[in-house]
Formats: sequence, C-alpha cells, structure tokens
Amino acid sequence: MAAKYAYYPGCSLHSTGSEYDVSFRAVCEKLGIQIDEIKGWVCCGTSPAHCTSRLLSLALPYENLLLVERMGATDVVAPCASCFSRLKTAVHEAAEDPDIAGQIREVLDAPLPESVNVLSPLEIFNDGTPIAEAVTKQWPGLKVVCYYGCLLTRPSKVMQFDECEYPMAMDELLASLGIATLDWSYKTDCCGGALAVTRTDVVLKLTHDILEEAVAVGANAIAVACPLCHVNLDTRQTEVEQEYGTQYGLPVFYFTQLMGLAFGIPPAKLGLQKHFVSADALLSGVRED
Amino acid sequence: MEKEAGKMIQSCPTTQAQSQLAEAVLRESGQNVNLCYQCRKCAAGCPISYVMDYKPAQLIHAIRLGMDDLVLNSKTVWLCASCETCTTRCPQEVDVAKVMDAVKITALRRGVKPAIPQVASFYNAALANIKKCGRMYELGMIVGFKLRTFEFFKDVGLGMKMFRKGKLRMVPSLGGALTTLRIFRRVKNVEKKNRNA
Ligand code: SF4
Ligand code: SF4
Repeated sequence: MAAKYAYYPGCSLHSTGSEYDVSFRAVCEKLGIQIDEIKGWVCCGTSPAHCTSRLLSLALPYENLLLVERMGATDVVAPCASCFSRLKTAVHEAAEDPDIAGQIREVLDAPLPESVNVLSPLEIFNDGTPIAEAVTKQWPGLKVVCYYGCLLTRPSKVMQFDECEYPMAMDELLASLGIATLDWSYKTDCCGGALAVTRTDVVLKLTHDILEEAVAVGANAIAVACPLCHVNLDTRQTEVEQEYGTQYGLPVFYFTQLMGLAFGIPPAKLGLQKHFVSADALLSGVRED
Repeated sequence: MEKEAGKMIQSCPTTQAQSQLAEAVLRESGQNVNLCYQCRKCAAGCPISYVMDYKPAQLIHAIRLGMDDLVLNSKTVWLCASCETCTTRCPQEVDVAKVMDAVKITALRRGVKPAIPQVASFYNAALANIKKCGRMYELGMIVGFKLRTFEFFKDVGLGMKMFRKGKLRMVPSLGGALTTLRIFRRVKNVEKKNRNA
C-alpha cells in the first residue's frame, strides 16, 4: 500500500531549512511514500500573524487547507513544527468557535474543508511504515538527544501529539533504525525561536542551556524537527561558544537526515554540507561499513 | 467538568464587573483572565520571564485590575516567544499565550508605542513581505527589517555565511502573491466591519 500525502513545505523548507526538505523527500522516496507539494501554497503567517491579527493567522493556514482539499487529498504533511502548529491551531479554533469560522469563510469566500488531517512526518513514519526494513547502514557510535522544541507538542489540547512534557516519537523512530538516543530533560524547552532576530542575547542564553545539557548527558549529536530550532542550535552555535567561552562542535541533524544516513543515502543528498557545524568528523568516526 | 467550573465562575459577580481591559482581552481572544487564581505556574515555566518586566502571572493580574498603562506598555508581551508552555500548564486553562497576543493587538489598535519597537518592526517587515510575495522571502524581509530599525550591521556576517551555504534565496518565489494580497485586504475589511458592528 503506497501512502500518499499532500505536502506543505512552508517558507523555511524552501530557504533556511532546505536540508529538511531535501532529506524528507529523499527518505519518502526510499520508503515509497508519495508526497505532492501543494501548488500555490502560501505562508502560514507564523508569529507575525498571530501576534497582530487572529483572523489573519487563521485565514492563511485555511487557504492552504482549501488547496489541499482541491487536490483531492485528505492528509497533509507539514514538516516544519511552526507550520504544523499553525495549521492545527486553525482547524482547532474554527471547530471551537463558529463565529471565527464564519469570519474565515468570509475572508476566503469558500466553505471550510471539514476533513483535512494535518500530520507531522513523525506521525506518518510511525504509522506502521516498515522503516526498519530499509536500514542498510549502522551508526553505532552516534549518541543522539532528540530535541522536540515547543510547537510539536504544545499546546497539548490543540496538538494532541505525543506526551507534551516528555515526547518519545522521535526517540522511538531513531531507535527503530538502530540509532541510540539518550534521556535528557530539555526535550521540549524553548530555544527562543524568532527572538533571535531582535533579542539575540535571549536566544544565545536559551540555546546555551540546551547545548550544555546535551553535552552533560553525553550526546554527540542533536536531532531536531523544526527549522527554527535548527537555525538557533546550528547556525548560532559558534556565537554561543564565543559568548560563553565554550566549545561544543555539536552537529545538529534534522531527524530525516539521520533516517537517510541509516538508509545509506549519501550525506550530500541529505544536505549535510549546508550545516554550519560540520558532521564529517563525527560521521567518519562512528561509521561501521 | 472543567467547562462546568468555567461557567460557574463566569456567572459570579466579580467577573461581571470586570475591567474594560479584561473585556477587550476576552473579545480579542476568548480568554477570561478572571479564571486565574495566581498559582504562578505560568511564570515558573516561562523561559523568557527572566528578561520580562512583569512575569506572565503579574501581567494577567494587572489585566484583571484594569491597569491599562502598565499592561499595554509592558515589555512582557513583546518578549513572549509564543512557546505555549504557560498555556499548556495553566491549571485554570487560561490560554496565557493567547492573552499575550490579545494585549499586543489591543496595544497596536490603541496606537500605544510598542515597548520593544524592534519586535513590532520585525512583525511589520515579515507581514509586508508575506503580503507582497505570498511566502516569506528572508532576504527581502531582513532588508525591510533593517530599514525599519536602522540596525544595519547586526548579523551581517551570519547572513553572508548563510548565503554562501545556499540557505538564502536571491529572488523571491512569487507563488501565491496575489492570494495573500487578497487575504490581507479582506481580513482588514472583515475586522473593520466587526469592530463597527
Ligand atoms: S498558571 Fe494560570 S492560574 Fe496560574 S497564575 Fe498563571 S494564568 Fe493564573
Ligand atoms: S508563551 Fe510566552 S509567556 Fe508563555 S511561557 Fe512561553 S514565552 Fe512565556
């Protein structure tokens, strides 16, 4: 049974998080999962929308859900944790509040789709897909902490995704590929997200706390499922090191890149060369051919 | 059960005599701050509270008391990272993150100058960008942001490196540009109509 999904990449996966897009596509192809990018998708609005207009923040996601419906699809997969959360929030709020649902309809001039499921890639891979069978390469030296960040699981009443304070979906997925994951207490702590642009100091502090804890439990890599988390942990890692006089050199992978490595997909095809913190030394040290 | 409790409290006299600000927040977000019993769980878990001028629980209380000046001029709401920890943990099911949004929206509507102007400029730059391009075009957004804040040299090195790594696009993709223009315009109209109703 070939699974089929509409694919909402969102803005980050077309730019700062293009490795997530590339590796997600590569992994889906390997597993025979068909993903069709929504034609003409628009930005979900993310924080700038919900901080300034509730209606705008719900109408933008719904425009995309309408496009999904017009494709004849019922399931849409949104890898970016922020898009995932905005799409689910829109569905939740329209269902809870008929008044706002009416306003969204008025803005979009169309009846709202009723049966579109918004999914995270973690859900589609954990949905009985025989992933372990695709594994061709072992990485026994990898010790990964899974960092879920804020928006995959919160707020729980909207997201209904895993256990909100201590999720395991990513850990279980990686474990099923033979990649070791570690327990740690910063799985769902905030990295500061978009505050990086305006209050870099706050993001450096929060990111420092996360990196410190990862190193303290003995991790040699971090796995993420959000392009904003990736920017803060990878792109700004050198800045954190300078600010706090530390030295981490801790590679940060999208979990889809780790899946790809286990499936034997070459690193260049997974966008690993785009990372600021190189994973080359780590990977050549822990590979088993 | 929780819903029942909510109803009971809503019908008690203290909430009927609520502050205008609390009413504005309720209208904007559907959130009744009078449900708050000041356990301060929201403040305890907030990753940003260490730089806020008022902790989330204090801000909620100030809304109840109708302290418009303090609330609308607070840095707290502009520093909030929308991490949803408070919302998830509040035992009274007050959606604190949504209250933060409602206060920002109210402040903007009343023409109050944002206490952290850079954050508001960032939102403006991003929204202008989405409206025009349909999708976020990072380079354009960053230029727009810098023009608004005059912080021309911040993060330039980082931007260059991202550019070299192929993480930033040279040209915007304009897929969906007409759609977002239309949505932005219609949202404005519907909001205006509802405010006048
Ligand atoms: S967690 Fe909820 S009840 Fe407790 S102080 Fe915060 S808003 Fe009030
Ligand atoms: S959503 Fe805002 S106020 Fe609530 S815990 Fe996160 S940063 Fe603090």
